[in-house]
Amino acid sequence: MASRFILLPGLFLLLLGQPVFAGELPQQRQNELRDLLLQDCGSCHGMTLKGGLGPALTPDVIATRSRDMVRTTIEQGRSGTPMPPWKNILDNDDINWLVDTLYKGSALQ
Amino acid sequence: MNTTMRLFILVAGLMFLAACSTLRGTGDMGVVIERASGSVQIIETSHQTRLGRIEGLGDLSHASVVYSRDERYAYVFGRDGGLTRIDILASRIDKRLLQSGNSIGGAISQDGSLVAVSNYTPGGIKVFDAETLELVADIPATYGRDRLRSKVVGLVDAPDQRFVFSLYDAGEIWIADFSMGRHPHITRFKQVGRQPYDGLITPDGRYYLAGLFGEDGLALLDLWHEEKGVRKILADYGRGSKKMPVYKMPHLEGWAMTEDYAFLPEVGRHEVLVVNRHNWKKVTSIPVYGQPVFVMARPDGRQIWVNYAFPDNDTVQVIDTEKLKVVQQLKPGKAVLHMEFTPRGEQVWISARDSNRVTVYDTFDFHEIKVLPADKPSGIFFTSRAHRIGL
Repeated sequence: MASRFILLPGLFLLLLGQPVFAGELPQQRQNELRDLLLQDCGSCHGMTLKGGLGPALTPDVIATRSRDMVRTTIEQGRSGTPMPPWKNILDNDDINWLVDTLYKGSALQ
Repeated sequence: MNTTMRLFILVAGLMFLAACSTLRGTGDMGVVIERASGSVQIIETSHQTRLGRIEGLGDLSHASVVYSRDERYAYVFGRDGGLTRIDILASRIDKRLLQSGNSIGGAISQDGSLVAVSNYTPGGIKVFDAETLELVADIPATYGRDRLRSKVVGLVDAPDQRFVFSLYDAGEIWIADFSMGRHPHITRFKQVGRQPYDGLITPDGRYYLAGLFGEDGLALLDLWHEEKGVRKILADYGRGSKKMPVYKMPHLEGWAMTEDYAFLPEVGRHEVLVVNRHNWKKVTSIPVYGQPVFVMARPDGRQIWVNYAFPDNDTVQVIDTEKLKVVQQLKPGKAVLHMEFTPRGEQVWISARDSNRVTVYDTFDFHEIKVLPADKPSGIFFTSRAHRIGL
């Protein structure tokens, strides 16, 4: 924890001049989540997210679903389907990042 | 002797020498899927070396492989519907086509003349000539009054030139019988259970089993007695009343059979189920490290090797089939995806996707024989599969 406080002033300087988002994730966590999305979610939804046993998660498909619905599906899973709940494994910031990334379609870029 | 003649003899001699130094068999060869880069490595197990690498195979997430009966050609089934015939001796792509939008696996017929691919989108199977990859039969998985198309899973080959597969959305098992030539006879078994998610055929080719995601129990079809239809066995097998989340669907292809027992991955629970394979009744369940994905028997049936779903996917355990308990635990790397035994089982090759490596273990004393680098490796497939029913 101590190291985080030491890093903060430096981080603040780095972020000056850039928009700052609440709960912006460290780059390393973003990389881990991108891996999780493409590799682990990808085992059902396809590594290019074009679908498999689970539906496609490409931006055109996601755009037809509400943000709440996408978020709830990741958090709680969907009963009657193999989609498991991820809330015990991922925290709020993680899930927000995944939802944003799905809407933007930025995981594959 | 004139110059032309001398030159001819020299060239012929050189060609002979070149052939001598490159001639080899394929019985100790195999391929390792590198899923992120759309490539495969060609390897050999006698000295655990990489012989070559082939790129340009498309989306290889969840890719699988079957072999021609001469063990020279590997058919790679990609997620994007790609079907590629690879010449593993020449280390090159022989033929390749995109046969659907989204596929999940394939099988080769008993006589090696037909290759079948199971597709999610559009749901069904397509059957190709194994030599030319020309389309032989297109079998849409239609069901219900609205003629919907179901995703197809659990496609295997069966004796007497048959393919057997399950319809995930329809809850059906179909047999496509090619014994009369290239126009298949289709037999449909309806209402076998909700959401069959994978299937396997026993190593003797007699029983087809489908795992059910939507309800407990397994669907069993005796291929010696199709007229008896599909029956449910192991009514308690599955997620039970307290449905546990499943972070990766178990794979049934590797279901392990020994002389008396079948070893099955429990769905959602940290257990391997032991079943009496003569009456299909539960014997016991063995507590293990995580949710099992592959449960695979060493070829002699003395050991069962198990890997696990996220987040326990850094671990592999070994079960002794006599003691029916875990006797060894290994950490082959991050995101262990697959295990493959050499034909007689003295080695097992294990892929660790996020550690970018394949580790070769000695199955007798569990020491690491070798570590080979690979780019996000997933499935490992040795040529000995060519001569096993259902693989």
